[in-house]
Amino acid sequence: MAVTKEDAWGVQARSQTTGSTHDENELRVAGFWVFLATDMILFACLFATYIVLRGNTDGGPGPRQLFDVTGFTEETFILLTSSFTCGLATHVMHEGRRRALVLWLSVTALLGLLFVGLEVSEFVRDVSVSATISRSGFLSGFFTLVGTHGCHVSLGILWMGSILFQVMRQGITPAIARKLTIVGLYWHFLDVVWVFLFTVVYLMGVM
Amino acid sequence: MLPHYWPTLVTGDPLIYGADASIGLVSIAIVFVLTYYKKWGWLWREWLTTVDHKKIGILYLIAALLMLFRGGVDALLMRTQLSRPNLHFLAADHYDQIFTTHGTIMILFVAMPLIFAMFNIVVPLQIGARDVAYPYLNAISFWMFFFGALLLNISFVIGGSPDAGWVSYAPLTENQFDHGPGENFYIMALQITGIGSMATGINFIITILRMRAPGMTLMRMPLFTWSALAASIVVIYAFPALTVALGLLLIDRVAGAHFFSMDHGGNPMMYANLFWIWGHPEVYIVILPAFGVLNEVFPAFSGKRIFGYSTMVASFMAITILSFLLWAHHFFTMGAGPGVNAFFALASMAIGIPTGVKVFNWMFTMYRGRVRMPMPMRWAVGFIPNFVVGGATGVMLATAPGDYQYHNSYFLIAHFHQVLIGGTIYGMFAGMYFWWPKMFGFLLEERIGRLAFWLWNVGFYVTFFPQYLLGLMGMTRRIYTYPAGMGWSSLNLLSTVGAVIMGLGFLFIVWNILYSVMHRSELRDVTGDPWNARSLEWSLPSPAPHYNFAVIPTITRRDEWWEIKKYGRTEDYRPQPGEIQDIHMPNNSGRPFLFSVAFFVVGLGFVFEWYAVVILGFAGVLAIMLHRSQEVDDGHQIPADEIRHEEIALGRL
Ligand code: HEM
Ligand SMILES: [Cu+2]
Repeated sequence: MAVTKEDAWGVQARSQTTGSTHDENELRVAGFWVFLATDMILFACLFATYIVLRGNTDGGPGPRQLFDVTGFTEETFILLTSSFTCGLATHVMHEGRRRALVLWLSVTALLGLLFVGLEVSEFVRDVSVSATISRSGFLSGFFTLVGTHGCHVSLGILWMGSILFQVMRQGITPAIARKLTIVGLYWHFLDVVWVFLFTVVYLMGVM
Repeated sequence: MLPHYWPTLVTGDPLIYGADASIGLVSIAIVFVLTYYKKWGWLWREWLTTVDHKKIGILYLIAALLMLFRGGVDALLMRTQLSRPNLHFLAADHYDQIFTTHGTIMILFVAMPLIFAMFNIVVPLQIGARDVAYPYLNAISFWMFFFGALLLNISFVIGGSPDAGWVSYAPLTENQFDHGPGENFYIMALQITGIGSMATGINFIITILRMRAPGMTLMRMPLFTWSALAASIVVIYAFPALTVALGLLLIDRVAGAHFFSMDHGGNPMMYANLFWIWGHPEVYIVILPAFGVLNEVFPAFSGKRIFGYSTMVASFMAITILSFLLWAHHFFTMGAGPGVNAFFALASMAIGIPTGVKVFNWMFTMYRGRVRMPMPMRWAVGFIPNFVVGGATGVMLATAPGDYQYHNSYFLIAHFHQVLIGGTIYGMFAGMYFWWPKMFGFLLEERIGRLAFWLWNVGFYVTFFPQYLLGLMGMTRRIYTYPAGMGWSSLNLLSTVGAVIMGLGFLFIVWNILYSVMHRSELRDVTGDPWNARSLEWSLPSPAPHYNFAVIPTITRRDEWWEIKKYGRTEDYRPQPGEIQDIHMPNNSGRPFLFSVAFFVVGLGFVFEWYAVVILGFAGVLAIMLHRSQEVDDGHQIPADEIRHEEIALGRL
């Protein structure tokens, strides 16, 4: 294509690249942001449903009877800490410190596991006092909203495990750095969702 | 361990057994043909594992046409049932199942794949890209759609179809009123296909924002690509609401929760809200790309640039935003109160403004142009009166007090068919005829095409105009029969006649395609630009080579290709041997297909509430995801020499 600079038609010299003006890794991170937007809307719909249903306890147990202040404060503290250690993992990754990366990533995943464990035990406790998902509209909304977040966290743990495995085998390659960036975004996003859960479900529930 | 609704699996209905038998025979025939001609390997390598956007587009198109056939048969069955009063051709429960699958299939498995077909075939070529941003994800999208469609379709033969309408309103769809696998089929089919749609939305947003050729600023982008961007944005904002609505309904049904039930503190109105927060934007998802096609077709066949490019862009964006403020106009009668109804009525009327702008722009584009009327233009011109009527009746429905009369009557049915067929389908057919040569390298024959168009067009008016009148005369939707003496009989008969004519129109389109395939050597498009059109895809040979552009062009203005032709520079626009470098392309993969099969298994498990199967399916999904994440896949390079050879073979070097 011989369109040159001095062309009367006013065309600038055309680029000689084969067209890969985009960087593959950066592209994926951009797409993940859009995915997070969809996930945010999903949670927004669940929140809306919960808010509509939260007064409908149908004579069964309500937030005040069920929510345990120490329990959900612990959960919050653990998840926030894990977000911090996840940030540390990203930081040491940029410095290329593989062993530190393995350490912080493992700590993050373990904290995540602890969080999920606490949540499960909370659910078990609720069910043991007959506060099941089929008891009332409020409980349906509660278990589904909090449980969806918990499933997201569990998936994140599996995902981190898979990346951990790769870091141990391959070291810090650009592809792995990208995956870590993405899983980090995901983890922080879940943290933000939890802050809303903590406020809307738990705090407003016991107040 | 037989499920509790086991009796529904063995219906004893001869219609169902007939269907079972014919499906079995067709499957055996397909397996036989593929084996006999040793085509399994070809099928797997070329189609089932492809990540090429052009092939995925073709797959979407084929699937959509097949589903249009299935939905069309449903429609004819219903019209036969309604042709005379007191007919008992279909039983009431049968009729319910058929209108439900008809609506669901037409919106989700015809309209959606048609627009995704066009996105895939056109967008990367129009913006000067070699593929979409995430080709692998693109394949996942297609196969998720495919297996979602399959799941809904098999409901007919195993277990019974859903029967609560395409909106599947709670509390009717709660387990206590509608138990059995039918509604589960609906929920799982839509969830699976919905994941694919969301992935497509993400894919095209990033493709359009990040993969454009150098120099193609947003305001130089072809308008079809703008429409794809607008529709993709609506997809990613709307579909999560559907996921939630259906997810919660499923939890109600299988876990006995009380989201939408009448008792224990459920709230059925929440379902209507969530459903239409998706549902209304959905109708814009399927109409925006049709607008986009028209924006390409009118200028191409008027020999003029589009009138009011920037107002077109502005109206796309206005519709994108406004479409989220209208959902409650679907349930004015639910009684949300005058304030809410007034807001949604006004917002609904406001959307008529950007839509009207477009109609005027198209007419001004044709005005004083050198108008030619080949097939794409026929469908495009046919679109205009359809859409004017559809928009006007929409505004009538949007008048909240008036809607208390029109709601759920045949007037409403006529309205949405006017916009969905007269709008989306006409637009997509225009696009299909327009880009057919770019997909396959030959044109669709004109004479049969015209016949098909006229049959379809006449049939369309004869079918739906009587329905407006029927609606005003009080006939409501979703009744399987009606008494004589209501004054509805002759109009219903007329409508059925129209439907048969439309059915013929469809058969002629199929014949048009088959005939053109057989005569493809006479219909071959050797220029790559058979319509003398304007955007970048027409600078490539037909069909485009698998890497699309040997050298990515640099864009200097709108309608780049048209300008190049005007200045007689087409020869210079071809790649020079020295410019060609190695091209990096993504690898094929069988995983998207298997991934979707695993989701299909999950779907089946939920449908019959066999949790072991659900777990098995999810294990498959997870295993495939882990496998993918461990893989180091950098695609492959096509050496420059190979590209030079290919371009020489195409006569371009
Ligand atoms: C000027 C633009 C439009 C307006 C003001 C409008 C207004 C409305 C209103 C108020 C209803 C609900 C009526 C009722 O249930 O009583 C409705 C239903 C519907 N509209 Fe439109 N509409 C417009 C354009 C479209 C377009 C472009 C499409 C699709 C391509 C569409 C598809 C539908 C569908 C599918 C339904 C019925 C859904 C159902 O109840 O099954 N509309 N429209
Ligand atoms: Cu609407």
